[in-house]
Amino acid sequence: MYSNTVMDHFKNPRNVGEIENADGIGEVGNPLCGDMMSIYLKIENETIKDIKFKTFGCGAAIAVSSMLTEMAKGKTLEEAKKITNKSVAEALEGLPKNKLHCSNLGADALHLAIQDYEDKKAGIVRPKPKREDKHNHEEHEGGEKCTCPYCSIEVTEDALFCTGCGHMLKELH
Amino acid sequence: MKLINLDYISANPILPEVQEAMIAALRDNYGNPSSPHQLGDLAAEALQKARESTARLINSPSPQEIVFTSGGTESINQAIKGVAMANSKKGNHIVTSNIEHNAVLRTLRRLRMLDYKVSSVAVDENGRVNPADVAKAITDQTILVTIMHSNNEIGTIQPIEEIARITREQKIPLHCDAVTSVGVIPVDVRKLGVDLLSFSANQFYGPSGVGGLYVRSGTALWPLLDGGVQENNKRAGTENLIGIIGLGAAAELAIRDMDSRISHCLTLKKKLIQGLEETIDDLFINGHPELSLPNLVSVSIKYIEGEGIVLMLDEEKILVSTRSACAAGALQASHVLLAIGRDFADAQGTLVITFGQETIAEDIDRFLGVLKTVVQTLREMSPLYKK
Repeated sequence: MYSNTVMDHFKNPRNVGEIENADGIGEVGNPLCGDMMSIYLKIENETIKDIKFKTFGCGAAIAVSSMLTEMAKGKTLEEAKKITNKSVAEALEGLPKNKLHCSNLGADALHLAIQDYEDKKAGIVRPKPKREDKHNHEEHEGGEKCTCPYCSIEVTEDALFCTGCGHMLKELH
Repeated sequence: MKLINLDYISANPILPEVQEAMIAALRDNYGNPSSPHQLGDLAAEALQKARESTARLINSPSPQEIVFTSGGTESINQAIKGVAMANSKKGNHIVTSNIEHNAVLRTLRRLRMLDYKVSSVAVDENGRVNPADVAKAITDQTILVTIMHSNNEIGTIQPIEEIARITREQKIPLHCDAVTSVGVIPVDVRKLGVDLLSFSANQFYGPSGVGGLYVRSGTALWPLLDGGVQENNKRAGTENLIGIIGLGAAAELAIRDMDSRISHCLTLKKKLIQGLEETIDDLFINGHPELSLPNLVSVSIKYIEGEGIVLMLDEEKILVSTRSACAAGALQASHVLLAIGRDFADAQGTLVITFGQETIAEDIDRFLGVLKTVVQTLREMSPLYKK
């Protein structure tokens, strides 16, 4: 089901853990929709000196977190901001279609952690984003499109059922 | 390292006696039971023998009440859609429960697109339907009640006899999805009082791709498949004779060995539940403590997700099943676990552990040992685990 790279990162995840007194923390997802990811950053000279993650989620979500930390480590903040969910999925040699939503979490968590660091530096206090009960499709970069989980064709966000395969979708939204 | 299969519910291993019966038939009995010559007669004889064995397994009064199908899903589709079509002039209302298998739920969703109405009865925290709720849900438009015999995720067994008393009184056909029960625990269609009952060979050491539907004579039912006159005009198409012979052989063995299988499984189940509770903190055992399948344990392990557990156990050659939304690919928590009151996060960490007559106590010990490590590894990675 998964590529060898995904399995490698799932079985031997890199950079698991938390950083005490982290310079930036990014939390995305929510256990209610299946995944939750926290990214911790240690930043020196606008460069990611250290990065750690904690993830509640499937094999793909753990592999995405691990790969993301490898990609971000040692990068300047400007470079790290260019990491996208797509580039993480590509570095993992692809993910199964129904797992792409897991990859949507990774880069989002990193970008939030960087923003958290920059906010602190600039003295901006933002209210903590409220966790919502349902998936917020618009939050995810590149993940705005809803696809039917059964046949993977694109559907509108308020679709009652999939026009491709007829599955009821209402409760998924 | 020995492969430890604790995922019998996905498919049982095929017993040697069943394999032999099927291989012999592949070699010599490839004929069409409808042909009026000797090869056809040989096939028809084998078909009838399998039908008789199957009828005996569920104590059906007549072998002619058994319709062979391609498995549980087809049987369920045939029962529900067949009754709905045959009774479309009488009414358009169907009663079910909120923990049915997707074969039932999605069949009913499809019928809703044709303006059938569905009432879904909620279960209690052990996953049991209250027959009084079924009685309350019935209207003058009700043409079918469909409730499962035992649940495929949590193992809870339903009070079908009591439900049947209600439906009989109101002259409404009752379908029972007994896929995870038939061949595993005693299922007696006469005692239960059901009109239709679905089952599948791969739940009792037979092959996948073959199953059956019990149809009490006199039940109005339109076939899903029209064509020839096979299966008493209830299921057209040349029979999957090799599969049916396998089903028949598996039924014979189930009749012979059911008692010893049950007591073997109950011993393992007790050991497994006790072991889980001793080995891992923060978990729930799902399902009814007594009225439950002997060969199934459902456990929700907090703070982690099931697919990760399955993949890590697989590395250690231990096979289990999970009900996490991620693994199902649908990104939905299991409707069964939500129905019995688990929240989305706890439902994510749910394993369904199923076993059988080949499973030994040492397998359970090894599973528990490996599981402990896997849970620890995943919990250390989880932002929800604070210890």
